[in-house]
Amino acid sequence: MLRRVLYIDLGKKESWVEERDELFERWLGGTGVATQLLLEECPQGVDPLSPEAPIIFSIGPLNVLFPVVTKTVAAFKSPLTGELGESYAGGRLAMAMRFAGHESIVIRGAADRPSYISITDDDVKIKDATSVWGINATTVGFILREVETGVGRRSIIRIGPAGERLVKYAGIIVDTYRHFGRLGLGAVFGSKNLKALVISGTEDVEVPDPGRYRKVYNKLYGIAVQTDVMDKYHDIGTSININILNQLKGLPTRNFQSTSFEGAANISGEVLADDYLFRKVSCAHCPIGCVHIAMLKTSFASHHEFEIRKVSYDYELIYALGSNLGVSDPAGLLELIEACERYGMDVMSTGVVLGWATEAYERDLITPQETLGVPLQWNNIEGYQKAIDHIVGMPNEFYAALAQGVEKASERYGGKEFAMALAGNEVAGYHTGPASIVGQIVGVRHSHLGNAGYSIDQKAAKKQLKPEEMTDAIIKEDDSRGVFNSLVGCLFARGVYTNENIIDALGAIGIEKTQEDLDDLGNRIFEEKYRFKRREGFDITEIKVPRRFYETITTMGMVDPGTVETMLEIYRERRGW
Amino acid sequence: MHRLKVAHPERCIGCLSCMFACSRINTGHVSLDRSAIKIKTQGGIEGDFVVVVCHACRDPPCVKACPTGALERRDDGNMKFHEDLCNGCGECIDVCLIGAISLDGDEKAVKCRHCGACVAFCPHDVLELEEVPA
Repeated sequence: MLRRVLYIDLGKKESWVEERDELFERWLGGTGVATQLLLEECPQGVDPLSPEAPIIFSIGPLNVLFPVVTKTVAAFKSPLTGELGESYAGGRLAMAMRFAGHESIVIRGAADRPSYISITDDDVKIKDATSVWGINATTVGFILREVETGVGRRSIIRIGPAGERLVKYAGIIVDTYRHFGRLGLGAVFGSKNLKALVISGTEDVEVPDPGRYRKVYNKLYGIAVQTDVMDKYHDIGTSININILNQLKGLPTRNFQSTSFEGAANISGEVLADDYLFRKVSCAHCPIGCVHIAMLKTSFASHHEFEIRKVSYDYELIYALGSNLGVSDPAGLLELIEACERYGMDVMSTGVVLGWATEAYERDLITPQETLGVPLQWNNIEGYQKAIDHIVGMPNEFYAALAQGVEKASERYGGKEFAMALAGNEVAGYHTGPASIVGQIVGVRHSHLGNAGYSIDQKAAKKQLKPEEMTDAIIKEDDSRGVFNSLVGCLFARGVYTNENIIDALGAIGIEKTQEDLDDLGNRIFEEKYRFKRREGFDITEIKVPRRFYETITTMGMVDPGTVETMLEIYRERRGW
Repeated sequence: MHRLKVAHPERCIGCLSCMFACSRINTGHVSLDRSAIKIKTQGGIEGDFVVVVCHACRDPPCVKACPTGALERRDDGNMKFHEDLCNGCGECIDVCLIGAISLDGDEKAVKCRHCGACVAFCPHDVLELEEVPA
């Protein structure tokens, strides 16, 4: 198995490989290893946008060997929250890293001029990117595709203008349509003068027992393809949740002022699939193909003159730039998503920032002078387009504040009670109940994906779970996801990779683990992430929940602040904090 | 004889499961290089996927071009690759205009045997194994 960490120092223009067997033995791979590398590499209290702040990428032992284990984890210090930055992307990056022979990549320092990194096996070059600086994230992908080698096996990850200009929630585009979206990795790239990274390689992977490997492979492939465990992702996709959550009163609407949206049916996954979906593609070695791509055909002149744009969409994007902004026109929604794609900025944070700004504008906390005449109004697509341009362009103090994230903007202009962030991260599209709120507070990256509190709420709504039971469910997910994210599997395949199947798959490639080993590992990884978070100043007792969470009905009815407090107390007690 | 037919290339989602099946089942490696079927992108992921694989020519130019006899077409139409005879010269690659042959990391030709191992692992039925006259 691979045990290699590639170190690249942009300042010194050097690279080298270290064999770090001990790291992988102890922490498996993926997020387990990346967290350790971050603890090693990141000086305490460092400015996340300084040359001293490192970037870590890591894959795990099952990547590329088994179906739907398609992700790469990135670890960094988040410029948005000032603590643990962790983001996951699919596409072809995990495959390219595996075949290049690097299980982890550490990037140190900053380049003295716009640059990109080109990796072919062990050959690492730091190349000039001056001519592509300022170019949008989509186009720079086309350009690098032409000048770099490794067709069909490579991965190209890059930032757009939002990352270059240090928007705190800028992301990285991975191989078209996939992203390291959250927590500002794009800005970290930008701060290092790093426009892109291209990687490919020609290594093979030999498995110790091909017969056993094939047997386990066939079983897992069969579950993924021939059973219904992944149907949701394969058919309508994640956007099927728009109608579902709308009916459950869990779909955040107009900056969480409501949880059902009268325009939901127009922007639902069903409508997008019927009227706009033109193809589905997949990450390397995933037979599901959940990447839904809409064809947006817009008339730009008479005589049937059309622009065609191909826009990928998912549930969170439709929430953030759709229901949360009162947008009910699917074409307008797709235009806003595409604007974020080109700039390379996180759609979820952008939608929450704009939702807050719209309400603040309505409440006269912000003047038309400050918006530079842009009408920030629900469902005003043109206004939102201009606002997105300005967040990246930062022509005045107001838009520069929006580029810092919703918490910072509300500190400056007021309206904290409806600035929808938890622990500094703009929240995901679920107002389902207390488990969603608590889950995002305690989760290592303050995301819905840390422990899926939204899903626990939905179960609780049916089964009347007690606060203790919901809290225990959050802890269980926190820890088990630490293991799965060390592999690094796609969370959509959780139903395929049961504990038993994970143990089988690891065994088939010579890594023997027991259930106890994995439970222990999940718990240790979680605590290590908290070690980093606390070191950088995170204090769970100081997290403020914006009042809006308690003012709007959820799937579980109105949430009592006392329930959230109780669950947080139980959580700390169970963790032994 | 059997022939691997690319029946519905427009249904391809680019998952590469066929390539991994080919190398896994035929070579025991997890590899793209050792796969005899190749999925290429035309204009990146937002363009079309192209399935490149041997078309099983009746009078294969690769066999004629091979100076060592490593590639052999049998009377039943099936192809036999004598790996030990392959010297990695690449003559077969040059004459195959569709680009269906490549060299692996050991400098040996990689060419489809039309075994059909990949067919079972295509989630969208892009591939079929058909019976054709020799």
